[in-house]
Amino acid sequence: MKRAGISQEFFGGMRAMAPLTIAVMPIGLVFGAVAAGKGLSSLEATLMSALVFAGGSQFVAMDIWTHPASSGALAFSALLVNIRHLLMSASIGTKMPAFSSPAKYAAMLLLADEIWAMAEVRAGETRLTPAWYAGLAVPFYCAWVLASLAGAAAGAFLGDPQAIGLDFAFPAVFTVLVMGFWKGRDTGAVLAASAAAAVLAYQLIPGVWYIAAGAAAGVAATLVTTRRQEACA
Amino acid sequence: MTLDPDTFLAIVAMAAATMLTRVAGIVVIRFVTIGSQQKRALEAIPPAVLMAVIAPTALVTGPAETLATVATALAAMRLPLLPAVAIGVFVVAVARALIGA
Repeated sequence: MKRAGISQEFFGGMRAMAPLTIAVMPIGLVFGAVAAGKGLSSLEATLMSALVFAGGSQFVAMDIWTHPASSGALAFSALLVNIRHLLMSASIGTKMPAFSSPAKYAAMLLLADEIWAMAEVRAGETRLTPAWYAGLAVPFYCAWVLASLAGAAAGAFLGDPQAIGLDFAFPAVFTVLVMGFWKGRDTGAVLAASAAAAVLAYQLIPGVWYIAAGAAAGVAATLVTTRRQEACA
Repeated sequence: MTLDPDTFLAIVAMAAATMLTRVAGIVVIRFVTIGSQQKRALEAIPPAVLMAVIAPTALVTGPAETLATVATALAAMRLPLLPAVAIGVFVVAVARALIGA
C-alpha cells in the first residue's frame, strides 16, 4: 500500500475511535485515583495500565488489592475477568487476512473490548487493514495510560474516594457492562446463578474465590438451560 | 515514584494472564472447532464473571450500594456508559449521606 493510503487508513481508524478515546479518559482518571487510594504510586498505577491494558481486570485488582500484593490471586482474577478476550480474538482473528502473522499477534495484545468492537464493525463493512487497526488502538491506548497517570497524580490530592462515591464507579461500570450482555431469559439464569454463588462464596471463603464460584455457577446455568431446551425441542 | 517489587511482580503476572487470553483465541481457532455448546459456555463467561464481581457490593454491602446498583442498571437501559456511571456514583453518595453509612 502507498504511504498516503496507509496514513489515510490510520486517520480513518482514529476518527472512528475518537468518541471512545474521549470517553475512556475519565475512566482512566478514576482508575488512577482509586489506585492511588489503594496505596499504589503513580509509576505503579501507570505501569499497570500500560502493561495490562484491560480496565475491567484493573478495577477488580484494585478491589482485591492487598499489601504486599498477591501475584497469584491477581493473575488468577485477571485470567477470569479477561477470559472473554479468547472469544473476541477467536472471532476477529478470522477476519484479518490483510495482517501478517506477527502483526496479528501484535494486534491481539491491544485487544481491549472497545477496540475489538470497532474492529468487528470495520471488518463487517470492508477489509480491515493493520493501519486502520493501529488508528483504533494506538490513540486509545495512549489516552488510557496518560489518564491513569493523571488520575494517580491527582488522586493523592483528591483524598478519600469513598466520601464522594467514587469507589462506586467501578461496580457501576460493571453493572452497565452486565446490562449490555443481556440477551433474554437465558442471561437472567446466568446472572441469578452467578450472583447467588458469588454472595455465598463471599460470605464463606476469604479471598477472590467468589469470582470463580460465580463464573462457574453462571456457565453451569447456561449449560443446564441449553440441555433443557434441547430436551423440549 | 516508587516501585514495590511485590507490586511489580503482580502487575507482570496480571499482564501475562491478560496477554494469554488475548492471544489464545487465534491459537485456539487453528486447532479446535468450537461447537454450539462450547460457544454458549464461552458466551456466558463475561456476564457471569461481571455479575460475580459486583454481587457482594450490590447485595450484601449496604442499602446505599444496593440502591445505587439498581439505579445504575435502570440508567444503563437508556443512557451510555459514562452518564449511567455518573448517576450510580451520585446516588451512592447521596444515599450514604442520608442513611449515614
